[in-house]
Amino acid sequence: MTDQPIILGSVKKDTFLDKVKELLPDGGNLNLCLTCGACSSGCPATGLENMDPRKFLRMAALGMDEEIKKTNWVWMCTMCQRCIYVCPMQINIPQLVFNARALWPREERPKGILGSCDMALRNESCSAMGTEPEDFKFVVEDVLAEYQEAQPEFADMQAPVDKQGAEFFLNQNSREPVTEPDEMVPLWKILHLAGVDWTYGSKGWGGENYCMFLADDDAWKQITSTSAKQAEDLGCKTFLNTE
Amino acid sequence: MRKSYGDPIAEDLRFVVKSVVGEENFIDMQPNRSNNFCCGGGGGFLQSGFKDARLEYGRLKDQQIQATKADYCIAGCHNCHAQIHELSEHYGAEYGVVHLWTLICLSLGVLGPKEREYLRDDLKEVNVFHPEME
Repeated sequence: MTDQPIILGSVKKDTFLDKVKELLPDGGNLNLCLTCGACSSGCPATGLENMDPRKFLRMAALGMDEEIKKTNWVWMCTMCQRCIYVCPMQINIPQLVFNARALWPREERPKGILGSCDMALRNESCSAMGTEPEDFKFVVEDVLAEYQEAQPEFADMQAPVDKQGAEFFLNQNSREPVTEPDEMVPLWKILHLAGVDWTYGSKGWGGENYCMFLADDDAWKQITSTSAKQAEDLGCKTFLNTE
Repeated sequence: MRKSYGDPIAEDLRFVVKSVVGEENFIDMQPNRSNNFCCGGGGGFLQSGFKDARLEYGRLKDQQIQATKADYCIAGCHNCHAQIHELSEHYGAEYGVVHLWTLICLSLGVLGPKEREYLRDDLKEVNVFHPEME
């Protein structure tokens, strides 16, 4: 036994784990780990970057904040929450991961996520592809007109943008209007056949929110608030989130 | 939906799927409901640049889908659709991956020729609405 024993500090420093505990209801149960490993045994991210959920939590509990700040693993956990579901103590490891993402300097976070968030902040569409509100409106109207004519059974079908007083506010993933507009149509048909009174919004129509994944809380809030405000301004009663 | 409202509300979607494809054509993967595994497309993973890790993450999901021997997997959102579609090609099983809206309209007989991007050859020509649009 020549190895130096690990000496636990007698003065408790304020760790990353302590800070996250203050943010969460019941402290996210973050100090209740029984080390059983149920989280890790069913986690698809176990083994990536030589990490797993239990190890991540134990490292945080031991105050290994520098290692926590450095691991790419926080971008490989999808925060799916299965670990909470199977945990006997309902420990909120995904929130620990989310807050660890926020420890990274913004410009050092993964370029793809960062770029998609910044695109969404460019205009009021809040689309991760940067699509302007007018372009979205043009595509929707163009595709609708094509189908109304080519499929006369749907001549009365509507796909309104900014319809005041509609019952449902629908958002839309940018992939369809930008890269495969015909894929918007089946959902419109279902809503039409069901007699649903719905509308898109010219503002906040983008369904994806990469600012949330980026752990940029202010930008996340801006995107979500833009969508919610548009639904409110239009007097819609229900927000249908298609993502 | 399940994440926000729990397992019971997901049963409504099972009802829809079974109504559309027929009870005998519906196969639940194992494990399922809240015990199911994430596919690895969400949380920003698709845009994170860690492609190899993302495909490795998805290996479990691909094995689950392959074990059902189903011809198609229905994906509930875009992240899942993109990831599972890539898993299908990457691991070589080549099952189809479709949005639910596609199957609903197909079963209603109102799915046109240009709305079939994600149907495979076995369903591409089935019950085409206004085939002249092609």
